[in-house]
Formats: sequence, C-alpha cells, structure tokens
Amino acid sequence: MGNLLAAVVSAEAADSGESKSYIERMFSSDGFHAPSITDFFPPALFGDGTIFEFNRIMMVRLIAAIALIVVFAIVAQRAKVVPGRFQASIEFLLDFVKDQIVEPVMGHEGKRFLPILTTIFLAIVFFNITGVIPFLNIASTSLIGLPIIMALWVYVLYLAHGVKKHGLGGYLKNSLFPPGVPKAIYLLLTPIEFLQVFILRPATLALRLAANMIAGHLLLVLCFSATQYFFFAASGAMKATGAVTFAAGFAFTLFEVFVALLQAYVFTMLAAVYLNMALEEEH
Amino acid sequence: MMLAQTLLLAEEAHTSEVEGADLILPAPYDLLWSIVIFAIIAVVFTKVILPKLQTVLDERAELIQGGIEKAEKAQAEAAAALEEYTAQLTEARAEAARIREDARVEASQILAEARRRAGTDAERIVETAQRQIDAERHQAVISLRTEVGSLATELASRIVGESLADDARQQRVIDSFLDDLESTVKAEG
Repeated sequence: MGNLLAAVVSAEAADSGESKSYIERMFSSDGFHAPSITDFFPPALFGDGTIFEFNRIMMVRLIAAIALIVVFAIVAQRAKVVPGRFQASIEFLLDFVKDQIVEPVMGHEGKRFLPILTTIFLAIVFFNITGVIPFLNIASTSLIGLPIIMALWVYVLYLAHGVKKHGLGGYLKNSLFPPGVPKAIYLLLTPIEFLQVFILRPATLALRLAANMIAGHLLLVLCFSATQYFFFAASGAMKATGAVTFAAGFAFTLFEVFVALLQAYVFTMLAAVYLNMALEEEH
Repeated sequence: MMLAQTLLLAEEAHTSEVEGADLILPAPYDLLWSIVIFAIIAVVFTKVILPKLQTVLDERAELIQGGIEKAEKAQAEAAAALEEYTAQLTEARAEAARIREDARVEASQILAEARRRAGTDAERIVETAQRQIDAERHQAVISLRTEVGSLATELASRIVGESLADDARQQRVIDSFLDDLESTVKAEG
C-alpha cells in the first residue's frame, strides 16, 4: 500500500513539477485537470517497456485478486453447515449466480458450469469495485486486457463445449445454418451468424465491460477534479459550484457501485446464454 | 510486428500521447498480468474454494432434507399412534358399554331369580304353615274326639251320680262342664 501511495505521489509530483507535500496538494489546486485516457496508462513501477511492465493498475488488480481469494478462502476454511452472518452474505452472492443467472438461463444442465460462471461473476465484481475504493480508485477492468482475457475464456469455453457436444461439423451447422429458414436467407444469415459467434460475442463482452468502467472512471475523476478546482482555486460564488460537483461525485460513486455489480451480472448472464446456445440442439 | 507496435504505444503512454485506440488494444504487459492474475483466481476458485463451499451447501441441504424426512416420519408415527389410541379408546368404550349391558342384564337376572326364589320360599312357608295347621287341627280333632267321649262319659256319670231332681243343680253342673270345656279348649288353643 505504501509503495502504491509513494508511486502515486511521485508520479503526480513528476507531472506537476512542484515540490509541495502530498497533504498540501490535497487541499490546494493548481488549475483544473480534466480527466484523460492517460489515466489508464500510469507510469511503470518496474519492467518499464517490457512485457513484464507492472504499473498502478496491475497493482490494483493484484490487490483485488488477493482480497477476493483471501475473503473466500477464509469463508471456505470456516464454512459451517449453519452459516454465520458473514458466510451467509457470501453465500447470498453464490446463490445469486445460481438462482438468478445459471438456472434461469441454462436450467438443470447449468450445474456443471456453475463454478466457472460463479468465478467469472465474483472476479468481475471485485475487479470492478476497485473503481470506487479510496486509494485504488480505478477499476481493474478499465484496462482492456483483463476483460479480453475473461471474454476469451468464455469464448473458448462455449466453442469447446459446442464442438464437444455436436462435433465440429454439427456445431458449425447448428450455429451458422440455423434451421427453419428458406435456403436463400442463408446467404444473408450465415455471414451474420459467423460474425456473431466468432467475433462479436467475445468482442462485445470485453468492450462492454471495459467501456463501462472507463466511462465510470472518467465521470468520477471529472466530478472530483472539478470539486477540487472549485473549492481551492475558484473564488467567490464559484466555490459554491463545488458543492454541486461534489454531490454529483457522490451520486456517481453510488452509481458506479451499481454499475460494477450490473456489469458483472451482464457479463455472467451473457456467458451463460452463449454457453447455452452452444449446447442447445437447435436454436 | 503487432507486438512491437503495441510496445511502442505503451511507451508513448508515459509521454501522455496516448491514442484513443489504446483503450481497446491491449498492451502485452496488460494481457500478461491479466492472464496471471485471472488464472490464479480461476484455479483457486474452481478447484479449491467453490468445491469446498459446495460441499458445505450440499451437507446443509442433506441435513435439512434429513431433518424434513425425520419430521415426516415422526409425524407419521404420531398419526399412527393417535389412530391406534383412538381405536383402542373406541374399543374400550365399546367394551365398557358391553360390560355395563351385561351387568344390567345379569342384575335383572339376579333380581328375577331372587324374586322367584323368594316367591317359592314364601309359597313353601305358607304351605308348611298350612300343613302344620292342618296337622294340628287334625290332632285337635282326634284329641277332641277322644276327650269328648271321655268328657261325655264323665258328664253322664256325674249327672247320673248326683241327683237329677234339682234343676238348679243340674243347670250348675252343665254350666261348670261347659266352663271346664271352654277353659280346656282355651288352654289348648
């Protein structure tokens, strides 16, 4: 954590080129800083320029992953048949995935995919929620790599299970030539279905998640950056405007919590739907 | 080529000349750390944590199922016991009623028997008394018959023995005789 803070401080100090202390800079403003996409490419902590480059966002991911594993490891370790309050709330999450996503979409067959989909859901929730946690302040999923990896996992999963169940030819026929349409329509339908199954589904999964988190981060930064400027740099009545932007920041923080959960739900739901489509006899 | 290009883009990131496309084109390091972190999570969760939690959930489901079954069994047993109890109660009531009925019948039989026996006894007693009376009367008749003879004889001898001239005397003799007779009868009756 100290490392992280130091990194943030040094990075900011390098940017502004001033020698004020961190606390001093906390309660002053040297002009309005609009949020930009450079936020998502912070300076490297080590391995700059190599494939092992490790920056602030990687650190946030690592913290989120450790928190996720530690929380669940503790619950799993102490899991009792009669649950305590903490275990019950964790189980609520597991039941949510089971009752709200997997069973409605996949029915009874979904049971074997429950661990995978639960893992995806929980991972996304934890990675997303870092966007509103003080000192972390950026969603681990706002950098496209992680959404891509998770989308690829879902992609490989549904292709593999589709091929395993129907055979390569059967799966391709099922997905590219949906039955029940006149033959001529296939000229139109097959390319669309091909795009759908092999490109659009994984691409939209990854992009939707990353875009939501990027937008959320920019909104929050905008609100808080403006608040900082109005409170400490602006004069007179302009200062009061800071209250508005602060209220907006507060509202958007709550909204981001909601979006974090919603995007995890959407991602997991779509993963279940795609898996189900791959396994279905006809669709 | 692609790798070099993205590396270059990542380099540029630090000079704050980031292209918008960078947001959707992952840098190699981004993918690498994503894979490492997510792979760890995936393995730990699907192999260790979730199975462990699942066993606990299954155990609970089993326990609840077992509890429900046990409760159902207990309820069934209770229902059977109640039925048995009710049956026994009905039987007991029926038996009590039968016993009461029997007792009543027996009581009336006993009563009738007692009445009958009392009647017979009474008849026998009356008969015995009658017989006794008859016998006594008979005896009286017999004894009277013998005594009347001797009395008549005595009276006749007395009358003959004393002078029969005196009417008053005669009357006295007869009276005393009759008095004697009466007193004898009284003493005997």
